[in-house]
Amino acid sequence: MDIIELKAKAAEIRMALLKMIHNAKTGHTGGSLSNTDILTALYYRVMKIDPTRPKWEDRDRFIASKGHSVESLWCILANLGFFPEEELKTFSQYGTRLIGHPNNKVPGIEMNTGALGHGLAISVGMALAGKRDGKGYRVYCLMGDGEQAEGSVWEAAMAGAHYKLENLVAIIDRNRLQISGSTEEVMGLEPLEEKWAAFGWNVVSIDGNDMDALVRTFESVPTVSGKPTLFMANTVKGKGVSFAENVAHWHHHVPNDEQLELALAELSAALERYKQEGQVQ
Amino acid sequence: MANSIPNRQVICDTLLELSKGDRNIMVLASDSSGSAAMAPFAKAYPDQFVEVGIAEQNIVGIAAGLAHSGKKPFVTSPACFLSMRSIEQIKVDVAYSATNVKLVGISGGVSYGALGMSHHSVQDIAVARAIPGLAVVLPADRHETKKMTEALVQYEGGVYVRIGRNPVEDSYESENYEFVLGKAVTMREGRDITIIAVGETVRVALDAEAALKEAGVSCRVLNMHTIKPLDKEAILKAAEETGYIITVEEHSIHGGLGAAVAEVIVQQRPVPMRILGIPDEPAIAGKTSEVFDHYGISAANITKIALEMLSR
Ligand SMILES: Cc1ncc(C[n+]2csc(CCOP(=O)(O)OP(=O)(O)O)c2C)c(N)n1
Repeated sequence: MDIIELKAKAAEIRMALLKMIHNAKTGHTGGSLSNTDILTALYYRVMKIDPTRPKWEDRDRFIASKGHSVESLWCILANLGFFPEEELKTFSQYGTRLIGHPNNKVPGIEMNTGALGHGLAISVGMALAGKRDGKGYRVYCLMGDGEQAEGSVWEAAMAGAHYKLENLVAIIDRNRLQISGSTEEVMGLEPLEEKWAAFGWNVVSIDGNDMDALVRTFESVPTVSGKPTLFMANTVKGKGVSFAENVAHWHHHVPNDEQLELALAELSAALERYKQEGQVQ
Repeated sequence: MANSIPNRQVICDTLLELSKGDRNIMVLASDSSGSAAMAPFAKAYPDQFVEVGIAEQNIVGIAAGLAHSGKKPFVTSPACFLSMRSIEQIKVDVAYSATNVKLVGISGGVSYGALGMSHHSVQDIAVARAIPGLAVVLPADRHETKKMTEALVQYEGGVYVRIGRNPVEDSYESENYEFVLGKAVTMREGRDITIIAVGETVRVALDAEAALKEAGVSCRVLNMHTIKPLDKEAILKAAEETGYIITVEEHSIHGGLGAAVAEVIVQQRPVPMRILGIPDEPAIAGKTSEVFDHYGISAANITKIALEMLSR
């Protein structure tokens, strides 16, 4: 997909996840909206994957370490055909496979996550196996910024650099909010990029809601030979929905009927713009 | 009966009240002051509140250090992470070092519903119970939560508390009863069979008792709010006087209340017994009531099992 198509796709995914959360009356709205562009770039352009062969040996791997933001992932996997889109209606309902966190009973999900601070260590293991077996696949791991307070993140960071995993890409969804408010008030992280660099990673800072920048930087991996890459993706929590942007409360707030309508109107206006831009090109 | 106050809010209110005369009470949170309902405490007593961020191992270590320095820390964090992620800190820094830390696991059991096994806390009793010196308490309703919190402030030592997320229907009519750590409460007297329940399943047991009464069965209900130290006397008395025992809990059938009761019964006074809880599998997604019904943690199922046991 080209950049305009990717932008349009991200708007569609945002609409789908909002409808899904509204229908289920539960979900992590803010963090899913903030990472939708990152996931769209990965799944529709950057990663080598095949929905008809979810366990294809040479596929790139994605680990949602911030597993609570699974809503964007469910909508993308359904849209790509990993499972029927119809199933999104069962999200969070009694007996569903599509629970509020990644569940690897569902095709397309590698590992079960939900407890923060697990994903990077798992990704280090996958990247290490790929390297030792001489495979060409990459491992992408998406973390939250609040999640950086877990010590296990840093244990894995150390190991990733120690084993020179240039097939490993960690992404921090740096939206500067967690549940209780601003990350810098809850537990200060800055200077976060310097910390990762000091742990031996090549750090690249990008606008994580800029599709062009995302694709360009993802396609430049490995950025430095012999080092894992850390993308500091500066994002906006609640991105794309004006009244949810940068509001901590929307972490797991559910839109009511009116708010859903308003959000869908904003997103379809954006979608229309992208479609027109696409025709002009 | 209809109650709209969740137990986590009761803990906050009670600690707010008690902190008026005690500047050593401290509350710690792990990006959870909202879900733990501790925001009012943080506001009223900023000097007695510590936010550690998403770091459950760190929160227990810091609490142990505070306790060692004369503070009375209450750690509030989701039960699933607090009981699993931090268990080594709980074993070594709290229990082994005998520090005065109260560990309050919030949103325990299956109260996180569709968030799945990472967020369900149904192994916590088993793990906490195996740690020497750590008391384990699950209050039944808001009245008991208040009395328990008052008792915990007085109690010197490590305690793991587990409460759920949503308001629960009352099991007690008022706070007008005696709450003693380690002493079961006889909620209903009875001669034919005993249901031993804990936490939110006490309400389910009481409903089963009412149904059994209709069927002409005299059923005793014990609220085993403290699983450790266990009230062996009450269990043996029930075995002796009623002959049959059913345990009910919002926990894995392995290592929880049922296992604790069975250990006592089997070794000292064997009688027919049934253990009701979550089977050895990831609990199904759904609301607490849906999950309970799915696994037969319901008044109807308990009643059925009791009648079956008695008709043998
Ligand atoms: C080990 C662990 N502790 C606590 C939680 C509860 N929790 C879920 S999301 C969240 C905040 C996450 O913030 P952040 O990592 O910044 O993610 P984002 O803002 O992108 O949603 C917390 C504390 C958890 N899932 N796992």
